[in-house]
Amino acid sequence: MANSSDAEIRMRRFHLGRLCVLLAVLSAGGAAKPGESTAPLLKALLDVDREGKGHRAATQAWAELTAQANADQLPVILAAIDWAGPLAANWLRAAVDTVAERQIQLNGKLPIADLEKFLLQKEHDPRARRLAYEWIARTDATAPDRLIPSMLDDPSLELRRDAVARVLSVAEKAASEQKTELALSTYQKALGSARDLDQVLVCTEALKKQGHPVDLAHHFGFLQDWKLVGPFDNQKGKGFDVAYPPEVAVDLAATYPAPGGMIGWVSHHTDNEFVDVNKALGKHMGAVAYAAAEFQSDRSGAVELRLGSESANKIWLNGKLLSSAEVYHANGTMDQYVGRGELRPGRNLILLKICQNEQTETWAQDWKFQLRVCDSTGKAMLSTDRPPARATADPTAAKVSKE
Amino acid sequence: MPRTMPHLPAVATFLTGLCWLSPLGAADWPQFRGPHSNSVTRDAQPPVHWSEKENVAWKAELPGRGPSSPIVIGDRVVVTCSSGIKQDRLHVLCFDAASGKRLWERQFWATGRTITHASSANAAPTPASDGKRIFAFYSSNDLACLDLEGNLKWFRGLAYDFPRTGNDVGMSASPVVIGEVVIAQVESQGTSFATGIDKSSGESRWSIPRPRESSWSSPTVMHLTNLARDVVLLQSPARITAHDPTDGKELWAYQVACDAICSSVASEGVVYVPSKGMTALRPDSTAMPQVLWNASGVLPGAASPVVDGEHLFAINRSGVLTCANTVDGQVLSRVRLQGEFWGTPALAGNRLYCLAQDGACQVVEISADGRHAEIVGKNQLDGTLQCSPAICGGALYARSDHHLWKIAAP
Repeated sequence: MANSSDAEIRMRRFHLGRLCVLLAVLSAGGAAKPGESTAPLLKALLDVDREGKGHRAATQAWAELTAQANADQLPVILAAIDWAGPLAANWLRAAVDTVAERQIQLNGKLPIADLEKFLLQKEHDPRARRLAYEWIARTDATAPDRLIPSMLDDPSLELRRDAVARVLSVAEKAASEQKTELALSTYQKALGSARDLDQVLVCTEALKKQGHPVDLAHHFGFLQDWKLVGPFDNQKGKGFDVAYPPEVAVDLAATYPAPGGMIGWVSHHTDNEFVDVNKALGKHMGAVAYAAAEFQSDRSGAVELRLGSESANKIWLNGKLLSSAEVYHANGTMDQYVGRGELRPGRNLILLKICQNEQTETWAQDWKFQLRVCDSTGKAMLSTDRPPARATADPTAAKVSKE
Repeated sequence: MPRTMPHLPAVATFLTGLCWLSPLGAADWPQFRGPHSNSVTRDAQPPVHWSEKENVAWKAELPGRGPSSPIVIGDRVVVTCSSGIKQDRLHVLCFDAASGKRLWERQFWATGRTITHASSANAAPTPASDGKRIFAFYSSNDLACLDLEGNLKWFRGLAYDFPRTGNDVGMSASPVVIGEVVIAQVESQGTSFATGIDKSSGESRWSIPRPRESSWSSPTVMHLTNLARDVVLLQSPARITAHDPTDGKELWAYQVACDAICSSVASEGVVYVPSKGMTALRPDSTAMPQVLWNASGVLPGAASPVVDGEHLFAINRSGVLTCANTVDGQVLSRVRLQGEFWGTPALAGNRLYCLAQDGACQVVEISADGRHAEIVGKNQLDGTLQCSPAICGGALYARSDHHLWKIAAP
């Protein structure tokens, strides 16, 4: 789901794309330049919008583009994805696949050098680069061995994942051959680049076996120290849209009237990534809780607040609402909701609204959340005043699971 | 097996309508639950027995997962998949029905939520076709329209129009095509809606709000014989409504607790709703429906009921298949099957093909009076099967998370 911040970013790119597509395709760097007739076709594809707007023109443009484009123009179409919103990107992707597939059926050849040049320019859209790689690999069996090993820290998470998988293979082989030091350093190398949970867990489980447990909460950037207040009224779900006092101003010394009497903020520390609101505030149904945490940053910049919560929630950063979801007990998982915002130097305030409804089923009694701070690739961003990672094999520090 | 023929003028009107409106062939299986949304084909007779060495015409590898079912358009079989660590890659694949050769594949990037329960996948809804175009829908509420050669006609990300929609168990309602409109139903605790999209242009013709409750049941096409047109039925946890497919206008609403997973089925002017067991409704033209009967002992699980006009079939959560009379809901026979069922069985002649999640494929023969049901074939396909079979031309098509099969005699 696109949240408002994401939508703003996409729309900025979208409008910029409308203005700059000609410059973009001309600077694609490949041997091909867009023909005079290609640029307006690409523009028509970039113009698609919500509710089917622009589709009639785009449908015609797509047919013309794929009919007239040859394989040399694949880098041009790929470059247009740099300027596309998520909808237009799919129209462009389908054009790339159609032209490339036709060319392969024709003579089995693609402009590998130009596609590779596009792939290696990391400023291009990560998904467009991955798409270029996959078409290269379709016709060049040497591509994986030639290209993937250098992509361990690639902005494309799919290219990075392939590179990490190769390192893990080396580590597993070293471990099986009892080359302990090599295995240790190789697993640590893989862990430094891995962003997907399954690969991280392979690394950490192997490292734990070797006597080097990893503090997963620290590794992922989960916040473990919170102030919580609640319960506020959420009977019949009506509290979700009520701006209770913490939404107006976070005053950790304040007390508030609530259905059960006056309530105030309480401190809560978790040894793993989950904050169990039932434990922190007591079990309540039809209730709203707020959780606040400070995050010290030494710089300004983009940040992602990634929340896992089985129940309805909102995320604010420094008073700005980043994400909102009114869904109860419909699955919960790591990185379920992503709020994109801007950190400022010094103190930042993260505020969550975590709601509980009145369902009576056993599985609906959970009232917990997890939140981590990271960059757009999922790499942890740590508060500058955060204590160092624990080096002990404390079992409570590794509850992150595939669930 | 002799069966009472449906009202012949009604059949004639219906078939005439199909001929005028659609390039679909008589042997096509173009959407979830087949050409008439009732999981019934009268002509085809797939094999009763098969194995790796017998009656498997071909087996093709798939690049991703999906509870979605295959559809058949002429000589082509189409299936959807989702892949990637975040299930954000959406695949549409087209195979030659005769040889199993992959004719083309298109991929898209999901624009909506891709999280699902581990047992489901983004490619949960079954695609639909009007015979010329393919409408591939996903849990992420992405809807791609392609022609039969794989050329993109349009692409919609409905989560962009309705940003708060979806749930992380996953969505699964399959779209239907009626006339010039593709209809998608999206019901969740967030924004809920049904929308009619112009199948040629991809533009929205209408959108209507729906109850904000999680629902996984699919729209159902109901033919109104007396008006010689189709309406779409939308089932929610607390009601079922009928709508004009051209503008979404509500024709009638019936407030009743309905199952949130399996879907209603319509046949010969009667709607069979999974409600308090099964409830049969007869809408009078476009007015409020009349309750014909309720059968609490006919209790479908996740698989939708099947109706051939005379008999209704339902598999409950324990794997018991019940055959009931459509006149009064009386239970005629029961047989216990092996396994759990997510896919809706399909009736070919007098045989019901039931695919269990564990790959056990059971063929049940039903007597003419419905009073005797017997398992006559037990076959095994490898992998997890959540699809509903597509049956046409003497062949049965099924898919797992890894493979697509054509089961047919040589």
